[in-house]
Amino acid sequence: MSGVSHADGERLRVAADRTKCCGSGMCTLNVPDVFDQDPDEGLVIVLDPEPPQELHHAVEDAVELCPASAIRVARLSA
Amino acid sequence: MTLADQTATADPATADPTAATAILAVPASRGTCPFDPPPAYERAREEEPAAPVRLWDGSITWMLTRHQDIRAVLGDRRFSADANRPGFPFLSAGRRALATMNASFIRMDDPEHARLRRMLTGDFIVKRAEALRPRIRAIAEDLLAAMTQGRSGERAGHADLVREFALPLPSLVICLLLGVPYEDHAYFQQRSSTILSNTAGLDEVRTARADLNAYIKQLTEAKRRRDEDDDILSRLIRHDDLTDDEIAAMGMLLLVAGHETTANMTALSVLALLRDPVQLGRLRADPTLIRGAVEELLRYLTIVHTGVARVATEDVEIAGRTIRAGEGVLCMINAANRDERVFPGAGVLDVGRDARRHLAFGFGVHQCLGQPLARTELQVALEVLLEGLPNLGLAVPFEEIPFRHDMLVYGVRSLPVAW
Repeated sequence: MSGVSHADGERLRVAADRTKCCGSGMCTLNVPDVFDQDPDEGLVIVLDPEPPQELHHAVEDAVELCPASAIRVARLSA
Repeated sequence: MTLADQTATADPATADPTAATAILAVPASRGTCPFDPPPAYERAREEEPAAPVRLWDGSITWMLTRHQDIRAVLGDRRFSADANRPGFPFLSAGRRALATMNASFIRMDDPEHARLRRMLTGDFIVKRAEALRPRIRAIAEDLLAAMTQGRSGERAGHADLVREFALPLPSLVICLLLGVPYEDHAYFQQRSSTILSNTAGLDEVRTARADLNAYIKQLTEAKRRRDEDDDILSRLIRHDDLTDDEIAAMGMLLLVAGHETTANMTALSVLALLRDPVQLGRLRADPTLIRGAVEELLRYLTIVHTGVARVATEDVEIAGRTIRAGEGVLCMINAANRDERVFPGAGVLDVGRDARRHLAFGFGVHQCLGQPLARTELQVALEVLLEGLPNLGLAVPFEEIPFRHDMLVYGVRSLPVAW
């Protein structure tokens, strides 16, 4: 699923820093297709590092909603 | 102008009295609408977003009121949550005593904070809160049945929603998760209440804290001997690197925070909806609004209403001021959640609004650990009440509802309802 480019060629690369993560769950609450939490420490897991375009807006929201600034996104050209 | 200049002006012995009275005393009083933040905070947000304010002991600290500034401070590691650092602001002598004795990780900085918090984050992940939903719903339905069948001894069709539903629901849930016997609820609820009071005397607060500390230690001792339970306290005991004091501090934090916050948020949400028949009607007509409505109620009501405290460890520029190392800040999240720059029409409750940027659970690495559980409990509580009581209303005039102005967690002391 990852790495697929879309109609306009825009791709988003998602990464998370587990050393910063505080396990608030805001990312998985808002974009469960892209983020999860590990069951032991509750820290972020990126399920889909290059999510489809229809989720880009939601992922950007997740970046803003993360209280620990643990999520980074980079726009990649096709 | 630095805070030191302000302190000099504010010293009652030397100050020009007009200058001294110009400094706001916090916590400030609310205005005519008991759901709105104190008008002084809202004024400060527009006129002086970093304002020097006076605390109970005459000391001066910075008050922040804008969403953007509070987000920045709570997300900035140069601001410490360690109450033992000089300059940390307290709301009362009791609060100072509590925050500095056997503190839990909410009063620590990383890496120590992260080490302890991560022992608990797995218990409060979103998926676990979702998995608990059917159980929470069953508890809520039982409480509603007991309430409506008049087992509480009130006259038919009437009850105090706080006592019969809003308080027992999260209390039962946190007892279940922690492994605390619910039969002891009168004991721990009374002491929690003292601990969360901004006006309780120093001795009273110390006694309540010591009682709860001893209570948790006694429970963990019994669990250690049995070594068979699968609850949070039992799992904490199995961490070799935790002291008994650390376990007791974490247990107390979860027990107190786990029931008082959701209980008050539930009752206050019901009251706010009963006062706003249009919003209540929207929610009844379309139950899919409930998740968003809970976020909006969290924003609109913001029960942590007396400020989130931090102290600067370096000089930091915020809202056009320099907060010097060693100066305290109080982040008024209730004012930030009414900031028009982020929430247009912020003074209005709108269950259809995207309110996810609210700061009701705080922000930064200390953001509420139990928020997934709190959300599930609030969603279930409102669903069960709206479905089960189509004619729910207040049983007394609104003006007679007693609000918890003096408590760290805002809410109502009782909520007489009829159906």
